[in-house]
Amino acid sequence: MSRIKELFERKQNNVLNVYCTAGYPELNSTVEVMKALQANGADLIELGMPYSDPLADGPVIQHSSTIALNNGMTIHALFNQLKDSRKEISVPVVLMGYMNPVLQYGFEQFCKDAAAVGVDGLILPDLPEYEFETEFGAVIKQYGLDFIFLVTPETSDERIKKLDSLSSGFLYAVSSSSTTGSDKNMTDVNAYLQKLKSLQLKNPVLVGFGIKDKQTFDAACAHANGAIIGTAFIKSLEGTTDVASTVKSFLNGVLN
Amino acid sequence: MATTTYQQPSSQGYYGKFGGAYIPEMLHRNVEELQSRYLEIMQDASFQKEFRSLLKDYVGRPTPLYYAKRLSQQHSTNIWLKREDLCHTGAHKINNTVGQILLAERLGKKRIIAETGAGQHGVATATVCALKGVECIVYMGEKDIERQAPNVARMKMLGAKVVPAVSGSKTLKDATNEAIRDWINNPNDTHYIIGSVVGPHPYPDMVAKFQSVISEEIRWQLKEHIGTELPTHVMACVGGGSNAAGTFYHFLDELSVQLIAVEAAGCGVNSGMSAATTQLGKPGILHGSKSLLMQTEDGQVVEPHSISAGLDYPGIGPLHAHLYDSGRGTFLSATDEEALDAVFQLCRLEGIIPALESAHALAALNQLKFKDTDQIVLCLSGRGDKDLATYMKAMEERG
Repeated sequence: MSRIKELFERKQNNVLNVYCTAGYPELNSTVEVMKALQANGADLIELGMPYSDPLADGPVIQHSSTIALNNGMTIHALFNQLKDSRKEISVPVVLMGYMNPVLQYGFEQFCKDAAAVGVDGLILPDLPEYEFETEFGAVIKQYGLDFIFLVTPETSDERIKKLDSLSSGFLYAVSSSSTTGSDKNMTDVNAYLQKLKSLQLKNPVLVGFGIKDKQTFDAACAHANGAIIGTAFIKSLEGTTDVASTVKSFLNGVLN
Repeated sequence: MATTTYQQPSSQGYYGKFGGAYIPEMLHRNVEELQSRYLEIMQDASFQKEFRSLLKDYVGRPTPLYYAKRLSQQHSTNIWLKREDLCHTGAHKINNTVGQILLAERLGKKRIIAETGAGQHGVATATVCALKGVECIVYMGEKDIERQAPNVARMKMLGAKVVPAVSGSKTLKDATNEAIRDWINNPNDTHYIIGSVVGPHPYPDMVAKFQSVISEEIRWQLKEHIGTELPTHVMACVGGGSNAAGTFYHFLDELSVQLIAVEAAGCGVNSGMSAATTQLGKPGILHGSKSLLMQTEDGQVVEPHSISAGLDYPGIGPLHAHLYDSGRGTFLSATDEEALDAVFQLCRLEGIIPALESAHALAALNQLKFKDTDQIVLCLSGRGDKDLATYMKAMEERG
């Protein structure tokens, strides 16, 4: 059973997924941040592979990506960092990134190496469903990785069902049509999440975009299996000299 | 017999192995709406009537096909200049913005966004938004805003809001990222007018079709002049490739016509300061389509260089990538210096001050051997007014 599936069998509510950018704030802080996230209550870690042109991300995450790239982060470097991480990290790890760096690495090699270093799933927001079905989906499956599609309030019910059927692990519900880091009204979000619930999807649903503190986390969890925090967490890491205690106090603020 | 057509991409937007729509789900509804409706809208009689009438009375079409006698003598052949520089706002860009504003109107969109590099597409977009009384927001790299002050002023005079792109390298590709993000954040009322044959399907095809009026006119104009619709060569500069797509379009499937695209070599193809995408790029994905892309080994997008802001783009439209890959098109490049030489030469030989972009196509004439019976049509995509500061500096340096 995949680590993600195992997680959701064990825990159906208040699942906390935290996004962090690999190689940020320091090149070698990736695993340190992951360990601190795990120690302080993150159920799942979404690790961002930095890209020069991250279309679906807002300025905060793009800025962290720029710093990570300047630090020398690459997919090769990341896999090196993750090589021994499974000795210490037991929570599921999902890689999030954009197609171009993955294609340059070689798509199949990427899936193979990701699986080998203990990665459980992929989020590639600019991999469309047509190309997933005709070309890439089979490769991802071959290496036992989960693939997580995004849905938005603009996505039709029919399409949500389709994307749910193609996804495994969980479904990523963007809580409003926006890039990461935008503020939108949570009450609009509730109706959308209730609709998702009524569609009886096969995958658990995690809500992303706009989750930044205990209030927004709890609100999202009221109608979904859990939520994803990204921008607010990256902001908290900015300028930190003590990753462990920054992560601890951030997660305390969200969970307690 | 299966016939290959370069004019129409597959239903998924592929030209050969290039194209597609590599977009995040947040853009899906808007892009799908365009994909399912653009052809039907563009083929509609009332659309065509309004489009044609604006091209004629507002843009000033048809633009002349001018026999450049002294330039022809210089190359011992026959060179025709397609005078897109005489379009309203000074370049071919407005052919596309007129088309897209009419499309946006029919889609019920009330708010227009655009990206711009040198500002030509931004000005052309601001112009048609003023014409239609529609809100217009133009994203422009912070660096380009500093470099292109006159065009920034023109956009503002036309009522557009110019928003600096401060992320990444703060130039055209980042302005495009910001425009796409704006679209993600405003999914209901906004249409994004992309300025080139780039972006997710259907943009490359849609923009090529709006620009195809260039080659449509070339065919009947050439017939009027010399009795045949087909030249031996058509030439155009390529950044993203919109004027080249328009110039090539009605010759794409006429295999006797050589298609010559000229990229910006910057300080030289191998200088590390270049924008010659077919020479330096590898297949990759940027701004929603798979094409050739200048990038590092790790797949990070490389910042290009060209003296001409309009060619300063690390990618190329998927149609052009396919023309390159299939061998249908010939891709040459001209350096900053060669383009400047061509600017001054055209001024003296023909009394025309060309844009720096178009001058790259002119410069490539020197790299080709022509017969005296050849008929070459070269797209003079824009006029040089916007480049005057560069030309003044070059005159000083050259004495």
